[in-house]
Amino acid sequence: MAHGAGGKATQSLIEAIFLESFRNPLLEPLEDGAVFGAGTERLALTTDSYVVSPLFFPGGNIGDLAVNGTVNDLAVCGARPLYLSAGFILEEGFPVGDLRRVVASMAVAAEVAGVQIVTGDTKVVQRGKADGCYVNTAGVGLIERPGALGVAGARPGDAVIVSGPIGEHGVTIMLARGELDIEADLISDTAPLNGLVAALLDACPEAVRCMRDATRGGVATILNEIARASGVAVVVEEDAVPVRQAVRGACELLGIDPLYVACEGRLVAVVDGAVVDTALAALRAHPLGEGAALVGRIGEDPPGLVLLKTGFGGTRIVDLLVGDPLPRIC
Amino acid sequence: MSTRVRSVIRVEGVVQGVGFRPFVYGLAVRLGLGGLVGNDERGVFIEVEGAPALVAEFTAALRTSPPPLATVERVSARAVPVTGETRFAIARSTEGGTRRALVSPDVATCDDCLREMDDPADRRYGYAFVNCTNCGPRFTIVRDVPYDRPNTTMAGFAMCADCAREYHDPADRRFHAQPVCCPACGPRLRLLGRDGEPLAGDPVEEAVRLLRDGGVLAVKGLGGYHLAALASRESAVAALRARKHRQEKPFAVMVADLAGARSLCEVDEVEERLLTSGARPIVLLHGREEAASRVAPSVAPAVASPASATASTASQGTASSGTSQVAASETSPLAASTGVSGETPAEASGASEGLWLGVMLPYTPLHHLLLRRLGEPVVLTSGNVSDEPIAYRDEDALTRLRGVADAFLVHDRPIHTRTDDSVLRVLRGRELPLRRSRGYAPRPLPLALGLPRPVLACGAELKHTFCVARGTHAFVSHHIGDLENYETFRSFTEGVEHFLRLFDVVPEVVAHDLHPEYMSTKYALALEGADLVGVQHHHAHIASCLADNGVTGPVIGVAFDGLGYGPDATLWGGEFLVADLVSFERAGHLATVPMPGGAAAVRQPWRMAAACLDVAYGGAVPDDLDVVRRNAESWDGVLALGRRGVNAPLTSSAGRLFDAVASVAGVRDVIGYEGQAAIEWEQLADPVEKGHYGHRLTGSSPFVVHGADLVAAIAEDVRAGTETGTVSARFHTTVARIVAEGCARVRETSGLSTVALSGGVFQNALLLVRAAALLEEDGFHVLTHGQVPPNDGGISLGQAAVAAARDNHR
Ligand SMILES: [Fe+3]
Ligand SMILES: [Mg+2]
Ligand SMILES: [Zn+2]
Ligand SMILES: [Zn+2]
Repeated sequence: MAHGAGGKATQSLIEAIFLESFRNPLLEPLEDGAVFGAGTERLALTTDSYVVSPLFFPGGNIGDLAVNGTVNDLAVCGARPLYLSAGFILEEGFPVGDLRRVVASMAVAAEVAGVQIVTGDTKVVQRGKADGCYVNTAGVGLIERPGALGVAGARPGDAVIVSGPIGEHGVTIMLARGELDIEADLISDTAPLNGLVAALLDACPEAVRCMRDATRGGVATILNEIARASGVAVVVEEDAVPVRQAVRGACELLGIDPLYVACEGRLVAVVDGAVVDTALAALRAHPLGEGAALVGRIGEDPPGLVLLKTGFGGTRIVDLLVGDPLPRIC
Repeated sequence: MSTRVRSVIRVEGVVQGVGFRPFVYGLAVRLGLGGLVGNDERGVFIEVEGAPALVAEFTAALRTSPPPLATVERVSARAVPVTGETRFAIARSTEGGTRRALVSPDVATCDDCLREMDDPADRRYGYAFVNCTNCGPRFTIVRDVPYDRPNTTMAGFAMCADCAREYHDPADRRFHAQPVCCPACGPRLRLLGRDGEPLAGDPVEEAVRLLRDGGVLAVKGLGGYHLAALASRESAVAALRARKHRQEKPFAVMVADLAGARSLCEVDEVEERLLTSGARPIVLLHGREEAASRVAPSVAPAVASPASATASTASQGTASSGTSQVAASETSPLAASTGVSGETPAEASGASEGLWLGVMLPYTPLHHLLLRRLGEPVVLTSGNVSDEPIAYRDEDALTRLRGVADAFLVHDRPIHTRTDDSVLRVLRGRELPLRRSRGYAPRPLPLALGLPRPVLACGAELKHTFCVARGTHAFVSHHIGDLENYETFRSFTEGVEHFLRLFDVVPEVVAHDLHPEYMSTKYALALEGADLVGVQHHHAHIASCLADNGVTGPVIGVAFDGLGYGPDATLWGGEFLVADLVSFERAGHLATVPMPGGAAAVRQPWRMAAACLDVAYGGAVPDDLDVVRRNAESWDGVLALGRRGVNAPLTSSAGRLFDAVASVAGVRDVIGYEGQAAIEWEQLADPVEKGHYGHRLTGSSPFVVHGADLVAAIAEDVRAGTETGTVSARFHTTVARIVAEGCARVRETSGLSTVALSGGVFQNALLLVRAAALLEEDGFHVLTHGQVPPNDGGISLGQAAVAAARDNHR
């Protein structure tokens, strides 16, 4: 399920198998991309595979999702995205017309993001061995700013910002499968975040601790990664988290928590608490950050946990999900 | 001179802080024996010397006539050479070694202390902290062992000369009573205003005035803060509800004495014994008709009628319905559900079981002072807002209850461990704990099988308790609460540390639930250096019932509850098991149905109604059913979730079946607190109705009970216009018959004829009584709970029992 993926189960799989075998200092932080030196430059490299179903959904398709996702992973590392590769795994019989649409969207998305797709690969597998079309993208970006960004960089007193209403992509996808008798006026939030990130870094270059795009597992999962890696508490105000009414309504019916729903064009940023107004102003001045909001603070205690202050003044633990969310209440 | 003998005697159990040494001293002096008595970390040690017959009499009396608060678990004696000692002395406490002494639960103020409090000539006249060796705070003020004043929250109060004299006099009732104090040296009351500012005047007098004026008073009690309001004043109780954000869950009431309890409720002998016991729990009692005029409607809002279920759905999400509130203020719910006035279906049938009211008697001197001066019952509810844990630190209480309380009646004796009031009800002439906490924790429960290695059992998630066990003792914690709340989770982790220290346990085995998302499971998995034992939720329920009854099985276990993680990754909850403490087999269960929306289907019973009806009617639910009409807007969407399996985990839960039928019958579509639909459904049942529905069990090993059929049968009955009370009674009888038939099937294959009934659904009086009666008629021996709750509060004991049994099997 969309909101279940990316939880603790995935994380332990990654740690048990990939990290064990590939272990090296660049991989170890398990950030969205790796940052390394090449000559006098610092580069960032990232890769991601896209298996979304359905391939076409309100607000986008697997093609622009694949471009934006990799652009975003580079951007949140503090890199200026430059070049992308694109790999396709196609199921025998996949309509050529659909492939054209996917690829055309990729070209537009690359153009919008200011990157070039410079290499690629295509494989065709037997009917039934794949679900129409899978796309992999990898990307290289140039890091032009000094300083390191990373999930381990949050400190008590910092502010937690999201760049806009959350959960739109994940809910759109669930509804786009057409299995549920639910109507909602929603489109995916897929978008390239490099412009927005640049605006934020220009406004307060020294004050940004870390940024992530809240994809699989949603904002809750990202915040848990930050809390654990930084050894801090993340305290979120429930009422401050921007959620569109259509998303809230659909989530209520679906019985899921928007905090765990994937976004594809929303930034979670931790910034020095002293410059939060500057940061918010910079984000809000950008078309993709109009709905930016301060949603919480970094605290000292309890380290490693994300807490949600609810409307009634309660404090709920927002934990990393182990798998799909099974009810704990009885 | 006749022969003399000398004995070294060791007494173990709850023998410290309960007047055991003065008792031993008095006994020895009376018999003219020499020797000494002292406390150490294991309990009480005695050396006694004199004529053989007298020494024998002395030793026997240790077992047969200990002080009221003591629990003597073991007396061991061995002969040593005589020394010629003729005087008897009390030795100083020693330190070091293992800490095996047991901390006593808190005890309600004794009659001797009350007499002093009422005696104008006594130096403790009117003193709100009077206590002695036989009563007063214990567990809630203990910071460490051995149980000595410096290790309690009384450490900061230096005894005055008078108190010190009593404390050191073996003949005095206060000999070594650690919390001993008086107005000259002990804690003091203060009354603070809304914002924590000190208020002038006598604190109790002013607090009483405030309550009489209809105010909400925060009162610092033994284990935390309460919120109080005049029980008879609707505006005060309604204000309390609104400020606490607690819409519908009934409030408990404190009455001055037994007569006060009787003026509101029926009280039988067992209930009387519980109400007046040193533990002073909240006892759920049947409300009397007269209570309607003495208790405001908002104390226990009315059981919803089908009409108000409609109303509450119209404003879905808000748990309470405007309609039922309005109706409630016109006619008291007590009257309503006991059939006095004539508007709801319950009244129309005129034969409801009646409303249950939680009642308790004063258990601290302060409660006595307040209740006497007030002269009428007060609502006394936990000092918190919504689902937060009860406040117990002064600063925290002042912050969190700001805007809720109009004044704070506080004192300067700190509470070390947050401890909620215990709740019991009496069924089949026996107490059934619903929440085991103040007055009971941390009294150890004996385990039939000794533990090879010390165990920490981490419990479940809601109504959480944990359990620390070693030797033959299981120390089940006080009620912790819902672990998703961070404050509560911290009470859990800090509570574990506290218990391990108090009972000198280094766990080598850690038991936990199988649910991967329980906070307690995650806590257990993160611990290092101990062997982990995963215990299936319903196996733990049955094991807790076995441990509760001091047996080891095998038995037929019927575990009916809300939800528990099954080994097949579905959510179980309507289970017939063949189980002993080591292992279990699933012999039968309710058919699985989807829970559309997961946890949302728990909060909105109508979703379970939709899922069950969809199964029963093969996808063609008649759309003229009221439940369909009331939820028309989201009905198809919810059905789709279930059919497509989108966030719709499968469950065999009996609790969800109760929810489904309560919704179909129009009782409640959306709940405001856990178990609300089932509780109201039970209360509506017509006790005169003897009918039942058909039921279907198919297959074997495991057999399957088709619960959805029952939902459809009820839908048809409701459609035919049958009274809600009749439908409820028929449903309860049917479930009891299912339990009995399921057990009969399991007996055929297993040869077992003892049945253990556990799980939260067996808090339901009607079901428990009817199922047990059918089983006994059929020759079964029936085990039910008496010491720990059948709900998830008992899970930790079950986990510990299973872990111990498996450890014995290694
Ligand atoms: Fe349970
Ligand atoms: Mg990625
Ligand atoms: Zn006393
Ligand atoms: Zn004194």
